[in-house]
Amino acid sequence: MIAQNKAKTYGFILLGLVLSIFWFYPFYLVIVNSFKTKSEIFVNTLGFPTKATFENYPEAFAALEFIQSFFNSLVITTLSIVLICICTSMAAYALSRRKGKMSSAIYFIFAICMLIPFQSIMIPLISIFGAIDMLNRAGLMVMYLGLGSSLAVFLYFGALRGIPQALDEAAIIDGCNRFQVYRYIILPMLKPTTVTVIVLNAIWFWNDYLLPSLVINKDGMYTIPLKMFYFFGEYSKQWHLALAALVIAIIPIIVVYMFLQKYIIKGISDGAVK
Amino acid sequence: MKMRNSTYWIFLAPCLLALAMVLILPFFQGVYYSFTEYNGFEVTEFVGLDNYIKLFQDDQFLYSLLFTGGFSVASVIGINIIGLLLALFVTQKMGKFNTVFRTIFFMPNLIGGIILGFIWQFIFLKAFEGIADLTGLDFFKGWLADTETGFWGLVILFIWQMSGYIMIIYISFLNNIPDELIEASTIDGANVWQRFWKIKFPLLAPAFTVSLFLSLSNAFKVYDQNMALTAGGPFSSTQMATMNIYDSAFKVQEMGYAQAKAIIFLLIITVISVIQLYMTRKRETDL
Repeated sequence: MIAQNKAKTYGFILLGLVLSIFWFYPFYLVIVNSFKTKSEIFVNTLGFPTKATFENYPEAFAALEFIQSFFNSLVITTLSIVLICICTSMAAYALSRRKGKMSSAIYFIFAICMLIPFQSIMIPLISIFGAIDMLNRAGLMVMYLGLGSSLAVFLYFGALRGIPQALDEAAIIDGCNRFQVYRYIILPMLKPTTVTVIVLNAIWFWNDYLLPSLVINKDGMYTIPLKMFYFFGEYSKQWHLALAALVIAIIPIIVVYMFLQKYIIKGISDGAVK
Repeated sequence: MKMRNSTYWIFLAPCLLALAMVLILPFFQGVYYSFTEYNGFEVTEFVGLDNYIKLFQDDQFLYSLLFTGGFSVASVIGINIIGLLLALFVTQKMGKFNTVFRTIFFMPNLIGGIILGFIWQFIFLKAFEGIADLTGLDFFKGWLADTETGFWGLVILFIWQMSGYIMIIYISFLNNIPDELIEASTIDGANVWQRFWKIKFPLLAPAFTVSLFLSLSNAFKVYDQNMALTAGGPFSSTQMATMNIYDSAFKVQEMGYAQAKAIIFLLIITVISVIQLYMTRKRETDL
């Protein structure tokens, strides 16, 4: 029985390895071909490079203006996340600590807004933000806050139901004001939810293309997806450079994923299920 | 101790303000634009229902809706079957390898649609040619050059991207099934097949509700992948509804008309989601 179980486990692991290789194969092909010369990609797409070249990388790195686009992406993603975490946890805290018709109505508005697909408000959104001169990075962050607030408020609201009000009251009797209660007692207790909110929004903001292309489509402000898109237009069919650029764009994501894999998976699963 | 009125509103203000500026106001503005001729700067004419009448005669728009629908059906089925199979697989006893496999299957999900689209463009255009030369199979030739391979190319890309995500959802529901239930059925002589269909499958009903909802609404709203993989080509034959709306708004500059399409798009998504939630919820309680 034990021997049989062991054999079964090894069988599963073997199957898993085969599946993983298959699943990973597109990445593998991109990586391998990024080390080939332009002409070799055409005659030998599947195999190893006959003589590995590293020349594609500096050229792609420069053409992507990678350092600048990386920092642009980083700034927008980080600041938007900070903004969304603070604002939505505060809103959820207020909603959870004052039950009544007003709070139910506001909660309902958040729920309804979740059903609106981006494309159906895209045109007026750009007009409105254009009219108040907010088609810039600050405007983009406000848009992310608006678009992302429903889900984040739900997640925080759910978590707040598990934090007893008696805790707030004790702190207030001890002389805290509401803001201090939120800052020093509630916010630390919401940490697991904050991880979920960060993970879900980081994946979205970092990879978003459509909204930034409408809002910050200016030289010097390009994020990685935006720059990637223009890069492909300019260098179309120069696969050796394009593939190196793709690898460069993927590396930061993979590195972060390797270190934070546990939190990311947990964040995704909590965010979808709750 | 009740929260003071002023505190309550201060805590809510930033979120509500952003929500009003980004979703509520644009929504009503959008409904208004859809009845007008609007060029992005000013409303030149109030045209009543003209935009709506026009879009029902717009073959390219209707085609893009149909194409999006077909794409969504094929991807939702693929994503959920593969996602569930992967979830069943990585919840087997494999020690540390469970995490390793889960990590790998989920990975494509972290990478954005633009980058994934370009990766798969390379796979379909170049690597598939290589496979065709190696194996002599015509199947691998000329991908993305016609509507059919463009369609399946998009479906394959999207399944590869999303099934890892749906897998995570199924895993969390599978982990909630008590071990005793599985053990008891094993002792009673149930085989793997019976254990799946008679025990796990019915208990996964809530997981189907969530997964179908997420995969369906994501499939309908796909834009980046479409843009990067086929850009709608050849001859707009793989253009999805979102790209059609975008093009008529920002390329043709018929914003009023594009907005009418956007409203129809909203209605379709809402109706489909409500029907799907109603049906799967009903199934949850029926079981």
